[in-house]
Amino acid sequence: MTRKSHETSFFRTEMLPPKPPPPATTGVLGWMRKHLFSDWLNTILTFIGIYIIWLIVSSFVQFALIDAVWSGADRKACLPHDGIEVGACWAFVHAKFNQFMYGFYPRALQWRVNLTYIVGILLLVPMLIPKLPYKRLNGILLLVVFPIFAYLMLYGAPSLGLDKVETTKWGGLLLTLVIAITGIVTSLPLGVLLALGRQSKMPIVRLVSVIFIEFWRGVPLITVLFMSSVMLPLFLPEGVTLDKVVRPLVGVALFSAAYMAEVVRGGLQAIPKGQYEGAMALGLSYWQMMRFIILPQALKLVIPGIVNTFIGLFKDTSLVSIIGLMDLLGIVQSSLADAKWATPTTAPTAYLFLAMIYWTFCFSMSRYSIFMENLLHTGHKR
Amino acid sequence: MNTSPAKKLEISDEVAIEISNMNKWYGDFHVLRDINLTVYKGERIVICGPSGSGKSTMIRCINRLEEHQAGKIIVDGVELTEDVKKIEGIRKEVGMVFQHFNLFPHLTVLQNCTLAPIWVKHMPKAEAEDIAMHYLEKVKIPEQANKYPGQLSGGQQQRVAIARSLCMAPKIMLFDEPTSALDPEMIKEVLDVMVDLAETGMTMLVVTHEMGFARKVANRVIFMDAGQIVEQNEPEEFFTNPKSDRTKLFLSQILH
Ligand SMILES: Nc1ncnc2c1ncn2[C@@H]1O[C@H](COP(=O)(O)OP(=O)(O)OP(=O)(O)O)[C@@H](O)[C@H]1O
Ligand SMILES: [Mg+2]
Repeated sequence: MTRKSHETSFFRTEMLPPKPPPPATTGVLGWMRKHLFSDWLNTILTFIGIYIIWLIVSSFVQFALIDAVWSGADRKACLPHDGIEVGACWAFVHAKFNQFMYGFYPRALQWRVNLTYIVGILLLVPMLIPKLPYKRLNGILLLVVFPIFAYLMLYGAPSLGLDKVETTKWGGLLLTLVIAITGIVTSLPLGVLLALGRQSKMPIVRLVSVIFIEFWRGVPLITVLFMSSVMLPLFLPEGVTLDKVVRPLVGVALFSAAYMAEVVRGGLQAIPKGQYEGAMALGLSYWQMMRFIILPQALKLVIPGIVNTFIGLFKDTSLVSIIGLMDLLGIVQSSLADAKWATPTTAPTAYLFLAMIYWTFCFSMSRYSIFMENLLHTGHKR
Repeated sequence: MNTSPAKKLEISDEVAIEISNMNKWYGDFHVLRDINLTVYKGERIVICGPSGSGKSTMIRCINRLEEHQAGKIIVDGVELTEDVKKIEGIRKEVGMVFQHFNLFPHLTVLQNCTLAPIWVKHMPKAEAEDIAMHYLEKVKIPEQANKYPGQLSGGQQQRVAIARSLCMAPKIMLFDEPTSALDPEMIKEVLDVMVDLAETGMTMLVVTHEMGFARKVANRVIFMDAGQIVEQNEPEEFFTNPKSDRTKLFLSQILH
């Protein structure tokens, strides 16, 4: 530092005009040089990484696409012939596809399931797009009207000319979605109430919430499912029967509600005391304060946790196959017993198909939650 | 500075707040001891005292953010009891401004201001927005109406907080160290708004160490220490001729 003395004193005669910021990256090549090939080690790691990805992707593509059998009437199509290994047996999935989707729902009535899906999607999609108006109407239609509609359509109502389809006939993706969506829709509000109950000033409310939450959290879901299918009927009064599908449904919903309650409680605890005081000082009642001030912020904070619980719930529905329900996993597994399709690649193909379906749903939920998190970000916190 | 306009404001002989023999404990700790205070409509009272002396606790008892355990507090003719409806009724009439603003970060400035009028006073949305814009103009930030609190400076946030309280058309305003979380250059913009408010005849209780504000606006200064009201007087007398030794010590510390 060899500064001349006259440089230490300085004053500005003209203010600087604003300039545009420098470009953040200098094109694709610049990005690659900076992130992938910045030095020796980085370059080697990049190539090792590419090699590993190549190994996995190429063998996957080989199995699932190149060597795959796309059509055929039975196992012969998928057996190794002329000593050549065969890849995925998509012909099997194709043959069983209807069962995988609907279980044993009568073919002639499957339009009712499809109609339910279409109406559901038509109501859900605008709900998920924040910019669209009429959210309140949309919400009422989706959460109040649609469940009734879905019940009438899926279960049937002879008085409306819709033949009854017993739930024992429901299966495949249909059953998985029914259990998962009912669980998701009931567990969030229930979880919020339990979380509020756990923080309540009223000792009885608090005690009941704590006991409920800790009970469900302390029991494995599989136990809950067995208990609900085997033990619950013993406790019910004479003559009352609970549907075979409804029993695990209640179990899954209450189980997830307990987890949801703890996730929401985490969010509530992160809200500063000042928010409560600001709301109270304005004269808001307890429920107004929760609805407008506390819960919107608390739930936003724990979106990742909420969606995590949803995803867990979605995948846990597959446990109902253990108590004999033909959900997606149950039906796929039972179809593997079909001698007509016994080949070495039938099972891997079936599980690959299963994984892809579960993954698609779970990944969509995950992406949507990230989208919402970014959307709800309103400037930095203080 | 003796003849500032605020000083000439009318003080009515109607009682706004009546606190008698009020006591409060945190566990075994006796925070507020035998507080007696009558506030008349139109009064502007500044409360000062060392940290931990119970200033915040006292004014928070007035809108029952804190509960008192003995004695009486009557606000606008209504005694504060367990009755939730009465408490909510009083909170409608009593605005409060906090040290850390306590704005709702997920709502825009305008929504912050209209929420309570719409839901607590059942005001139509358009009317609530008109009133909100009116007060945002009074606090000189109408152009920020559609921003979120996180995008504003501290001084702007505090002015929004004042506007938000005023939108409920309160009869009494409580301020708990409204400028002590602010940088020096922002203190003035908030104090200016408070001076304007005083000139409208609002009944104000202000916990602050801004003695310039006290001299200019207050008609009474209260000094608290160890959970008690130690001294109260007109600002001029209070500053130039404090009676108690504790007051003298305190003033010598904050006035250098
Ligand atoms: N929730 C609480 N539980 C226990 N003690 C408390 C609680 N809140 C405040 N106190 C104690 O009560 C006393 C009075 O607190 P208060 O906040 O009213 O003081 P203050 O005069 O406003 O001080 P400051 O100038 O620092 O804001 C302090 O000693 C404080 O430690
Ligand atoms: Mg304080």
